[in-house]
Amino acid sequence: MGKSLLDKVWERHSVRELESGQTQLFIGLHLVHEVTSPQAFAMIREAGLGVPFPDRTFATVDHIIPTDTQVRPLADGQAETMMSAIESNCREFGIRLFTPESGHQGIVHVIGPELGLTQPGMTIACGDSHTSTHGAFGAVAFGIGTSQVRDVLASQCLAIQRPKVRRVEVTGRLRPGVYAKDVILDVIRRLGVKGGVGFAYEYAGEVFDAMSMEERMTVCNMSIEGGARLGYVNPDRTTVEYLRGRSFSPTGDAFARAEAWWTSMASDPDASFDDRVSIDGGGIAPTVTWGINPGQAIGVDEKVPAAAAFAADERATVEDAYEYMGLAAGQAIAGTKIDVAFIGSCTNGRLSDLREAARVARLGRVKPGVKALVVPGSQAVARAAEAEGLHETFRAAGFEWRLPGCSMCLAMNPDKLSGRQVCASSSNRNFKGRQGSPSGRTLLMSPAMVAAAAIEGAVVDVRDFLSKAPA
Amino acid sequence: MTDQAKKSALLPVTRVSGRPIPLPGNDIDTDRIIPARFMTAITFDGLGELAFRDARFGADGKPIEHPMNDPRFQAKGPRVAIVNKNFGCGSSREHAPQAMWRWGVQALVGESFADIFFGNCVAMGIPCVTASEADVTALQRAVEADPSQDLVVDLDAMTATRGGTSVPVSMPEGARTQLLRGTWDATRILVDALPKVRETADRLPYVGGFAR
Ligand code: SF4
Repeated sequence: MGKSLLDKVWERHSVRELESGQTQLFIGLHLVHEVTSPQAFAMIREAGLGVPFPDRTFATVDHIIPTDTQVRPLADGQAETMMSAIESNCREFGIRLFTPESGHQGIVHVIGPELGLTQPGMTIACGDSHTSTHGAFGAVAFGIGTSQVRDVLASQCLAIQRPKVRRVEVTGRLRPGVYAKDVILDVIRRLGVKGGVGFAYEYAGEVFDAMSMEERMTVCNMSIEGGARLGYVNPDRTTVEYLRGRSFSPTGDAFARAEAWWTSMASDPDASFDDRVSIDGGGIAPTVTWGINPGQAIGVDEKVPAAAAFAADERATVEDAYEYMGLAAGQAIAGTKIDVAFIGSCTNGRLSDLREAARVARLGRVKPGVKALVVPGSQAVARAAEAEGLHETFRAAGFEWRLPGCSMCLAMNPDKLSGRQVCASSSNRNFKGRQGSPSGRTLLMSPAMVAAAAIEGAVVDVRDFLSKAPA
Repeated sequence: MTDQAKKSALLPVTRVSGRPIPLPGNDIDTDRIIPARFMTAITFDGLGELAFRDARFGADGKPIEHPMNDPRFQAKGPRVAIVNKNFGCGSSREHAPQAMWRWGVQALVGESFADIFFGNCVAMGIPCVTASEADVTALQRAVEADPSQDLVVDLDAMTATRGGTSVPVSMPEGARTQLLRGTWDATRILVDALPKVRETADRLPYVGGFAR
């Protein structure tokens, strides 16, 4: 019987089995940001512990950093305190920090891959649930809490239970206008927001084989929204080519050795899985959320479903969603008016996302009254986009072009919804209050769909939109 | 010193007794438990007051109907929350269990928990046990009807008991062992094996930059 990638990575990184039945698992790459780390550093200091592997941890600032100006001191005193804290913590423990001055700052899950820090066969941890993003490379990547950040700092290990593995196969080919974001929204819609609890998702099949690394990252990023703490795609040629020439990638002969090891970590053809599902990729439509969790999603050409269509124990959440969102069962989601459009986040803030959104932005202007933001995921993404003139395209169409950060994905910075504003968003969570206003409303969709919604002032099928445009 | 450090390691958690409070609803995410705007701080201090802030208070700052505002559930002392499915989903923020703990919640009984939230609770010495949908719903109803009796979560017997009635609960064996043996704060145990950690690291080709 063959082994899955998870089996192989687990074996290679297992330090020992603990009395509790958990594994002491070595963490190859630890990523840190300013929100979930200060308490962990404080605990390390109080307990008199050290950081034995400082060169396996890298830090950045993303959550609280403003996207209009990043001049210090930051206007928000608390944000400035957090910035200063991560700076002094990293200095004290010898950890490399990517500040805006470094030219490599950005959202933690964007910079890891683009710097070549994220590699196949690694174990990765970060005090952030979207660490699942790094699974796109065939890494086993966990989101952890602050106490576990402390554990990794102190020991480069986690005490953790091995998850089960579900192979999620998406077959066939995606139709035009359907993006990686639609694929993962569709997977979550089918398997549910708790369907993945206790599982790692192995994404496989023609649709993932054909995807770029950036698209795979979008999919793996949202594994956690389906309840799966991690998700991964087996490393292949696409993975290897992406890594060639990156700052932290091996070079020369070492790259050849790396390539051999990376591809050897992929699941064997006869690997066994705890569960398998298969979805026809050709049947996936551009998808939009209508509710208050990412599983409450429909095709853009569908109507808000009736509560009766859900399992009995889901109905209370569905009723809650109608009320919060101000939507009724049977109502078409297309045509829903929006106030704000947000393109960015670790789900969809990479160059290819901005390119797709810019393609749409060339077709019109942001509807008067709509506030539209484009926030590149990192300084490197911003530079690449600007080299192609995408910032000019966006500005000409009435979008604001911002500095890199998490921005309105979670609104721990000045970018926030107000009141009951409705936001078409390329981010990953439509939870109540997620975008900074306790009554703000979020509709998740692909970046191209967000750009189309910004122009239309309402949710619109990006395919109709593109077809109306001159060829 | 932080409260967390004071709650010292190697303290077995076998039995938690507290005032029960039902927090009904499936898929309660950690943004709901502690909105991100309250996380711009470098400590967890003061989060207790802010737990479920937006579910408890309207935009005008006036309380809205929520069990945590209900006068019947205000008795001071340790509390045990009774929750439904997939509690604590979403963001990995430990601020969520930290906020609940600072509001007095020392154990949770629920139908199911999200993975990261569960792990964060274990690392804080907070047991999250699961019971059947029928038992959880019945318990929530019974507590609504009479909030005055304590709920006892017993990790030895694996029961949740209130008055004369016990229901069976479960928890993954690993986490249960950690709590019972007082090894839920894993740091020391992990650090103890540092020589073995280095051996493991040395065997991984990427740690040496694939030099060999
Ligand atoms: S972009 Fe959003 S989801 Fe991603 S790390 Fe930032 S806040 Fe978290």
